[in-house]
Amino acid sequence: MVTVGIDCGAKETKALLIEGNKILAKYSVLSGFDQKYAAEEAFENILKKTGISREDITHITSTGVGRKGAYFVNSSITEVGANAKGILFYYPSVRTVIDVGAEEGRAIKLDERGKVLDFAINEKCAAGAGIFTETMARALEIKLEEMGELSLKSQKPIPMNAQCAVFAESEVVSLIHSKTPKEDIARSILDAIADRIASMVRRIGIEKDVALTGGVAKNIGFVHSLKRDLQVELFIPENPEFICALGAALIAAERALSPSKEGGE
Amino acid sequence: MRSAKYKTEPLKCWQKAKEIRENYYKNYAKAHEKGGIRWAGGAWSFDAIPAGLGDDVYPITSEPYGASVAWNKEFALECQEAVERAGYARDLCSYMRNYWGSVMLNKYVFGGEFPTPDFIWQDHICCSHAKWYQVVKDIEKKEIPFFCIDVSVGPYEQINEHKLNYVVMQMHDGIEWLEKIARRKYDDEKLIQAVYNHCRSTSLWAEVCALNKMIPAPLDEKTMYSLYVLGTLQKSSKVVADFYQELRDEVKDRVERGIAAVGNERCRVMTDTQPPWAFLKIFRYLEKYGCVSVGSLYTFGLIGMWDVQEDGTWGPRRTPQENGIEIKTRDQALRTLADWELKKPEWQHFYYPHLKSEMMIRIAKEWKLNGIMLHYNRGCEGLSLGIAENRIALIKAGFPVMSFEGNMGDEREFDETRTIARIDAFMETLGFERLE
Repeated sequence: MVTVGIDCGAKETKALLIEGNKILAKYSVLSGFDQKYAAEEAFENILKKTGISREDITHITSTGVGRKGAYFVNSSITEVGANAKGILFYYPSVRTVIDVGAEEGRAIKLDERGKVLDFAINEKCAAGAGIFTETMARALEIKLEEMGELSLKSQKPIPMNAQCAVFAESEVVSLIHSKTPKEDIARSILDAIADRIASMVRRIGIEKDVALTGGVAKNIGFVHSLKRDLQVELFIPENPEFICALGAALIAAERALSPSKEGGE
Repeated sequence: MRSAKYKTEPLKCWQKAKEIRENYYKNYAKAHEKGGIRWAGGAWSFDAIPAGLGDDVYPITSEPYGASVAWNKEFALECQEAVERAGYARDLCSYMRNYWGSVMLNKYVFGGEFPTPDFIWQDHICCSHAKWYQVVKDIEKKEIPFFCIDVSVGPYEQINEHKLNYVVMQMHDGIEWLEKIARRKYDDEKLIQAVYNHCRSTSLWAEVCALNKMIPAPLDEKTMYSLYVLGTLQKSSKVVADFYQELRDEVKDRVERGIAAVGNERCRVMTDTQPPWAFLKIFRYLEKYGCVSVGSLYTFGLIGMWDVQEDGTWGPRRTPQENGIEIKTRDQALRTLADWELKKPEWQHFYYPHLKSEMMIRIAKEWKLNGIMLHYNRGCEGLSLGIAENRIALIKAGFPVMSFEGNMGDEREFDETRTIARIDAFMETLGFERLE
C-alpha cells in the first residue's frame, strides 16, 4: 500500500510518500501565497522521484495550517495528531513531542499508540517560532544557517526581555549599537525562544522521552538552549521538518484500511 | 450532511427574550421622556434596591452593555480607539473600555446619543468595578451621584454575621442616599417584591442550566447567552422573573420530548468565563463535530444561584418563598438579598482559583462532559486569574482541556483561524471527526 502525507505549513509545504513502513520519497517547496499550487507541486515531485502514478496512491492525508488548500486529498488531520503519529515511527518511547515550526510552537503529550493526551500551542505571536529567528538573523546581518553555530561560541548569556518579534528586533539593534558581540546576541535570541518553548512544554508537563521536531530543530544553537532549559535529553529525528508529513502518511495508511474513521473536512 | 440523531426545534420564547432586551435598552434611553429616573451600575449591583424608588426607575448594567458593543465590531473598534486616544491602557477590562468609549463618543450602541445616568449605583468585587464609574464621572464631566457597595468579604463558605452585616449596613446607607439624591420616599414593599423577583430569577435560571445535564442537552451555550443576559440586566423585575419561569417550563418540555439543541450531539463540553462576543460562531463550529457546549461557569454562575441538593448534586437554590419565608421588613429584605448574592458562584473564584476549579469539576462530572475549553481572556483579569491552575486541576480530575486566547470585548485580540485550528486539534484528541 502506498500512501502520502502532505504537510501544508506556513512557510513550507512538505510531501512524503511511504509504502508500508518504508519512506520512498519526500519533497519540500515554499508555501508562498498559493497553498493549492504548493501542495500540488510537492505532491507531483514525489511522484516523479518515485515513478509512482497518482492512481497507485491508496490514500492521501493532509495536515498543517493550510491543509484545506490540498483539495485533492482523501482526508486531513491536525498537526497535533500528525506529530504524535509521526514521531513514534522513529522513537516508540517518546511521550512528549516539541514541534517548533515557522510560525507555531507546539507541545504534545502522547501515549504509546500515538494518541494525543494533551497539547499546548504557543501564544499569538511568532516569537516562539522560526520566523523569530529569521527576523533576528536579518537584524544581525548573518545567514539563518549560521546563527546556531555562532551562538555556541558565546561565553556570556544576555537575557532578552522583549518577546514580540517587533520589539525584540529593536532590542537586538540596541545590543548591536552597544557593541555586544554577535555570538552573544545570537545566543540571547535562541535562549529567549527556548525559554518560551520550555514554558509552554511545562504547561502540559514533561514526560520522557522527549523529542524535538519541526524546522527549528535543525538549529543546533536552539537545541542546545532548549536542552539546557529543560534539562532533558532531546531525541531529534532525521529531517525533523518532515515528521508531520510522515505522521499524515501513516494515518493515511490506517484510514485506507478503516475507511469509516476518515476525518475529511 | 448526516441525518440528525435527535429532533431539534426553535425556542418558542425566543422572540419574547429579544423583546425584553430591546425594551430594556429603549426604556433606559427614554426614561426622562416618561418622567423617570436612570441609573447605571454593574450587572452585579443590587438592582432590587433602586427598584424601591418606584416603577419608573430604569437601569443600565455596564458589562452587558459592553458586550453589546463588542458584538458590533465596527462600533467596538471606534470605542476602543477613543479610549486609547484618551490615554487609557489597552489591557484594561474590555467591557469597561467599550462602555467608556461609548460615553466619549456620545454614541449609544442602540442608536442616538449616549444617555447619561442620573445616578450611579455600583458594587465592588472585581478589580474594575469601582474605578469604572469614577472614570465615567470624569468622562461625563458631570458630578453624577455615585454610591458603591463593597461586597468583597471573602468566599461564602467563610461568611459570618459580621461580614453579612458589613454588606447589609452599606445597603441601608445606600437607601438613605437614594432617597436623598432622588428626592423620593423609599417604598419598602417595592424592595421586598424586587428581592422576591431577584431570588426567583436567579433560582429559575439555575434550574434551566441544570436541565442541560440531560442528554441531549436542550440548550446550547450560544443560545444561553441570549437568555441569561436578561438576568444581568434586571433580575429583580417581575418581567424577567416571569420570563425565566416560562423558559424553565419550556426547557422542561424539551427535555421530556427529547428535543436537542444540537441534533447530532455526541460530545459535550463547557467553557469557563466570558466568550469572545465578536466571535460566537466558534460555538456553531463545534456543532460540525456533533459537539455541544452545555454552558460555562459564567453562564451558570453569573446570575444563577446554586446549592447542593439532597442527593449531593448541584441544583437551584431554594428561594425564600419556597422555604416559606415571608419578608416583612426592609432589614430582612436586605439581609436576604445580601446572603443570597454573596453565595453567587461567579463571586467565589475572585478569591481563590481553586474554588473555580472545584465548581468546574463538579459541573464537568454532573453534566457528563467530554472536555473543557478555557478562554485565556485578555479582557478580564479578574476572572482569568488562576486560569492556568484551573487547567491543571481539571486535567488532574481526568478532563481533557483545551485553551484558546482572545478577548471578550476586543476582537483585535482574537485569532479566529488559530482558534478554529485548536478546536480541530482538540476534537481530534477527543476522538471526534467532522460530521460533514
